[in-house]
Amino acid sequence: MHIPDGFLAMNTWIPTWFISAGGIAYSIRAASRQLRDRMIPLMGVMSAFIFAAQMLNFPVAGGTSGHLLGGVLAAILLGPFSGAIVISVVLIAQCLIFQDGGLTALGANILNMAIIGTMGGYFIYSLIRNAVKSKSGIMIATFVAAWLSVVIASIACAIELAISGTVPISKALPAMAGIHAIIGIGEGIITSLIVGFVLKVRPDLIYERKASNE
Amino acid sequence: MNKKEIIIGLVAALVLAGIISIFASSWPDGLEKVAENLGFIEKGEGDPALASPIPDYTMPGLKNEKFATSIAGILGTIIVFGFGYGIGALIKYRKS
Repeated sequence: MHIPDGFLAMNTWIPTWFISAGGIAYSIRAASRQLRDRMIPLMGVMSAFIFAAQMLNFPVAGGTSGHLLGGVLAAILLGPFSGAIVISVVLIAQCLIFQDGGLTALGANILNMAIIGTMGGYFIYSLIRNAVKSKSGIMIATFVAAWLSVVIASIACAIELAISGTVPISKALPAMAGIHAIIGIGEGIITSLIVGFVLKVRPDLIYERKASNE
Repeated sequence: MNKKEIIIGLVAALVLAGIISIFASSWPDGLEKVAENLGFIEKGEGDPALASPIPDYTMPGLKNEKFATSIAGILGTIIVFGFGYGIGALIKYRKS
């Protein structure tokens, strides 16, 4: 759901640039306290992997395709702040190098996918993990958070389109949330498969808040 | 992550972006589809605010479209790996 130039009016893309700049600055401060040395190469690998995965559009219903956003995946491995930075890195490179997402819309795209999708998705993941303490809790949390992260990002996108006067909210909201509720199932499946695999081979790579607050 | 795991991760990403990407669906994504259905897709079809060197993941100057996508994907993966790694290192070590 990379917004191109032209979809958002100035009353929307300028404020979202400021909000995202603030969100990234805050994330950098928080991440600098939580990042451990061994997580730095993982940031490179996760950025590369999510960039690559975002090229892989899979078909969904009605002649529409979707691809992994990867926000919840990045946050489960790196924590919400480094995860948001990784998604921002991917979005900035896609915008500047590949014209995927407009430069004016970059703030909104970072807000939707790196901040709301990634940090919001991680918040949902934490809530479920705290509620379901069993071992299956982590997988339930992963699937639900990944699915919901796509839906809430699409809702944010719909609100921005409406504020811009591009399309009324009564039309944008059900259309965006509806199609992304379907695309998000793919997000849930792919994220669960990867987190399940990491849990098997390198469970220590899963980010745990307590362990990193030295 | 040790060196071997970093290389495995990077190679996996390169395979996805360089080979599997050729088989990706070219149907419109969720937002594009909504824009088509609700009639505002043409708003996004003007000139972009910034001309990118490799628009639409297609390496310019290459006739074979699949090959152009593959090269764009490989280049992008390497650049983004360096960008993510570099930012991580900067955040961690800027204070010390």
